[in-house]
Amino acid sequence: MEGFNGLLSIAVFMPILAAAIIAIFFSGKAARGFAVGATFVELLITSYIFLIYRNNPDAHGMEDRFSNWIPIESFRVEYFLTVDGLSTPLVLLTGILGIVAVFASWNITFRIKEHFMWLLVLQGAVIGVFTAMDFFLFFLFWELELIPMFFLISIWGSGRKEYSAMKFLIFTILGSAFMLVGILALYFSTGTFDMTILPDKIAGADLILPASILFFLTIIGFAIKLPVFPFHTWLPDAHTDAPTAASVMLAGVLLKMGGYGMFRVSAAMFPDQLLDFSWLLALLGVINIIYGAAITIRQTDLKRLIAYSSVSHMGFVLLGLASAKGAAATLGMTGAALQMFTHGTITALLFLTVGYIYEKAHTRHIPDLSGLAGRMPFLATSLLIAGLASLGLPGTSGFVAEVTIFLGSFPAWHIFTIIATVGVVLTAAYILWMIQRTIFGPRPEHHNNLPDASLPEMVPVAILVVAIISVGIYPSVISEMFSTGLEPIITSVKALN
Amino acid sequence: MTLHDIYLLSPELSVAILAAVVITVDLMVRNKRILPIIAFVGLLVPLYFSIQLWDVGPKQAFSGTFQMDGFGLFFKYLVLGAAALVVLSSTEYAKRFGNHQGEYYALILFSATGMMLLASSTELITLYVALELTALPIAALAAFIRESRSAESGMKFLVLSAVSSAVLLYGMVLVYGFTGSSQLNEIGFQISKPGTDLSPALMLGIVLITAGFGFKIAAVPFQMWAPDVYEGAPTPVTGFLSVASKAAGFAVIIRVFYTAFEFDTLSIEWATMIAVLSALSMSVGNLIAIRQDNIKRMLAYSTVAQAGYLMVGLAAISTLPGGSDNAGPSGVLFYLAGYGMTNLTAFAVIIAVSNKTESDMIGTFAGLGRKSPFLASAMTLSMISLIGIPPTVGFMAKVYIFGAAMDTGLWWLVVIGVVNSAVSAYYYLRVVKVMYFSDIDESGPLRPGIGVASAAFLAMAGTFIFGIFPSPIIAIAHKAVTSILE
Repeated sequence: MEGFNGLLSIAVFMPILAAAIIAIFFSGKAARGFAVGATFVELLITSYIFLIYRNNPDAHGMEDRFSNWIPIESFRVEYFLTVDGLSTPLVLLTGILGIVAVFASWNITFRIKEHFMWLLVLQGAVIGVFTAMDFFLFFLFWELELIPMFFLISIWGSGRKEYSAMKFLIFTILGSAFMLVGILALYFSTGTFDMTILPDKIAGADLILPASILFFLTIIGFAIKLPVFPFHTWLPDAHTDAPTAASVMLAGVLLKMGGYGMFRVSAAMFPDQLLDFSWLLALLGVINIIYGAAITIRQTDLKRLIAYSSVSHMGFVLLGLASAKGAAATLGMTGAALQMFTHGTITALLFLTVGYIYEKAHTRHIPDLSGLAGRMPFLATSLLIAGLASLGLPGTSGFVAEVTIFLGSFPAWHIFTIIATVGVVLTAAYILWMIQRTIFGPRPEHHNNLPDASLPEMVPVAILVVAIISVGIYPSVISEMFSTGLEPIITSVKALN
Repeated sequence: MTLHDIYLLSPELSVAILAAVVITVDLMVRNKRILPIIAFVGLLVPLYFSIQLWDVGPKQAFSGTFQMDGFGLFFKYLVLGAAALVVLSSTEYAKRFGNHQGEYYALILFSATGMMLLASSTELITLYVALELTALPIAALAAFIRESRSAESGMKFLVLSAVSSAVLLYGMVLVYGFTGSSQLNEIGFQISKPGTDLSPALMLGIVLITAGFGFKIAAVPFQMWAPDVYEGAPTPVTGFLSVASKAAGFAVIIRVFYTAFEFDTLSIEWATMIAVLSALSMSVGNLIAIRQDNIKRMLAYSTVAQAGYLMVGLAAISTLPGGSDNAGPSGVLFYLAGYGMTNLTAFAVIIAVSNKTESDMIGTFAGLGRKSPFLASAMTLSMISLIGIPPTVGFMAKVYIFGAAMDTGLWWLVVIGVVNSAVSAYYYLRVVKVMYFSDIDESGPLRPGIGVASAAFLAMAGTFIFGIFPSPIIAIAHKAVTSILE
């Protein structure tokens, strides 16, 4: 099997190449312009990938395979990229957020060239994670994403940025260290890194380590990334201190790498263990939802508030995954995947808007902000849309995802699901409270001259609003694709139930 | 001794002759700038000879005391490459030695001769002589700067090296007494004879030999000399010591343990011992490195930790189930090559910076990202490679070596290794942090000299390219290892 279509390789390496070109030829504003161009082309490429897959999911032909990358007998690594229903929407999401992140950093004045370089490298690495189907290559991209993020947070961040960047890096690298042990153990048990055949191979293989240990070794890396309580503590720090563009990428796609890994590895390769430990996933999911939401209510820093709300929202992904135990596994898992996509767009919009507000008002402290609607109608509307989508208002994409997850998880976990619905109420509380205190109410004197968003700032907002509303009205575009991708997983899980 | 023996020894001989040439030229010319050029270009001769010999196949010489084989040649390439890069990065640094530049380059070449000989010796006495030929020039080099710290460094190295040699010699004597031979093959044959019971004396001999070699590779608990010697020695010498000397140490360990002590039950005993030392080296090295403010001292502890990772591959012996493909020892060779490029990149940058600032504190790297984007990115790549993050050869080598250990069932050691890598990210990235995020120093651009800059560039290019396409080195390493393990 040796096909080389090339499209996916272009999607992965075009941004990285663009970063190299910026490094050599451009600086300052020219670098920014070039980055806009590169991410726009990348958006077109990822949309094209999406459309090809949608038109022909069974024979899309998008596969890049080069078997002789590291052709050592005892350590055979392939260069293997392909997409399926699970990864295609996430590739599109990365394409969308890439251009959003570039526009989000329109106003930076400090070391402009490097900033756009790292953003582009980051985008390439994340697309690599979603498309790599060789476990080694997957891990390589997984690690490759660390350094750009580390630089983005620690150079262009605010507050205790160096501390937060280091915390992010150490947490992630520790998780991936365990993941590496799991990957190596799987390789030496089955003799392959090919993730498309690993699920079948594992089922019949004589594993070096017990399967449940391998399950935990691999899932811990994903759990830190998602993040799952109690490994979530890096997230509020990293998000709060990161520059807007990094927050957008972090919340929008980096967390999704965790969820994606749980589906691709934990669920697909270890269906037995997934069922055995689904009580744990459900429990942690509920803790994430409730604990995350409860902490969110207490936050007075806008970015910290959104960061904790991400913890809460990612709990839904876990709950959806845990629905594997019940009769409605299809619903729950598809809902979880959809939740990843929608949370990606919604939280990106929240961070983007808050980033703009901070840039103009120079504060993110909620009590200092009030009555922004009068001076910033555009940004206020944007915050309102994002907030309402985040709390799951019907007509936005958040609603569909959460309802499907509840429908899916209820048959398996009555109590947990009922508790989790409390989370929705809490979400409504903190979102509405946040909106009410920031954009409505009396406006303090010194905020009378605040400008609204400029044209380049409106572009990413518009992109994200369109994405949120269209998925909200017509969720099946994404959810059907996810469910074809999840089909093999769900079949194997159902067979065991 | 025949002419053919001389031919097999040609790489070593030509390096020694080159050293003599450098000294002679030094006496005759006033312009010392020609010396590194002679040394660098001259190293092409031994390289040519050792490439010629690659296809000759295993051949013994000098009544079986020396064996020319792929394994030895691999290390000759490595030592020659390291020596060339060190010479190149010394070009500007060595000016501070005034009239002694000739001796400086010659001593490096003499030490390299010893290392090359070491990798090919198959007899205990030859091996010992080669080891001394390696160590004595380094002791002189370490004390090359006329100041107290450098003198202390040289003295410490000399004394502790002598002690460790004594320990090693005692271990060799015990092994000789037990087997009646100093030939490695013969020792292996005697030990694996059916019906031989392994006496405690032999075990003691092996432990002492391990201790002696453990000193050379700076593994815990024999690492105490490393920080002071590394800090006091001239920086290029430190680089040479950390790369070439360590490689030669591992060469001799693999040769001795895999040919003389490869007997099944015995090898599992020493492999367990090495696994424990490996876990200790990784953990102790990394934990102490966190606290260092002097970059050479930090890298000293870092090499202790790196020796630990390398020993993971050493412990993944062929006699364990899953080890029959020799991935463990070939992983060690691959890792040594990758580590060599990575560390020499770092040292080239340190030399370039200290040429201007005369200081080795991590603080002097502040703002290097602005003052010299090239040096800063070289250093960043090197640090990332030492942690084991892609796209660098350090990542590939680490995954490969841990994979070999996993295959032989040493999963606990792999877990310790990966956790250590995560911990090490903290102090390696501290250097990156200082270069890019603190800007207290307002001095202008820092332009490295041509010699040190090209050394940094070559080593950095290797770190990057072999981080994406590692298979050539792995293939050569594998061939090298199989040439001694039939």
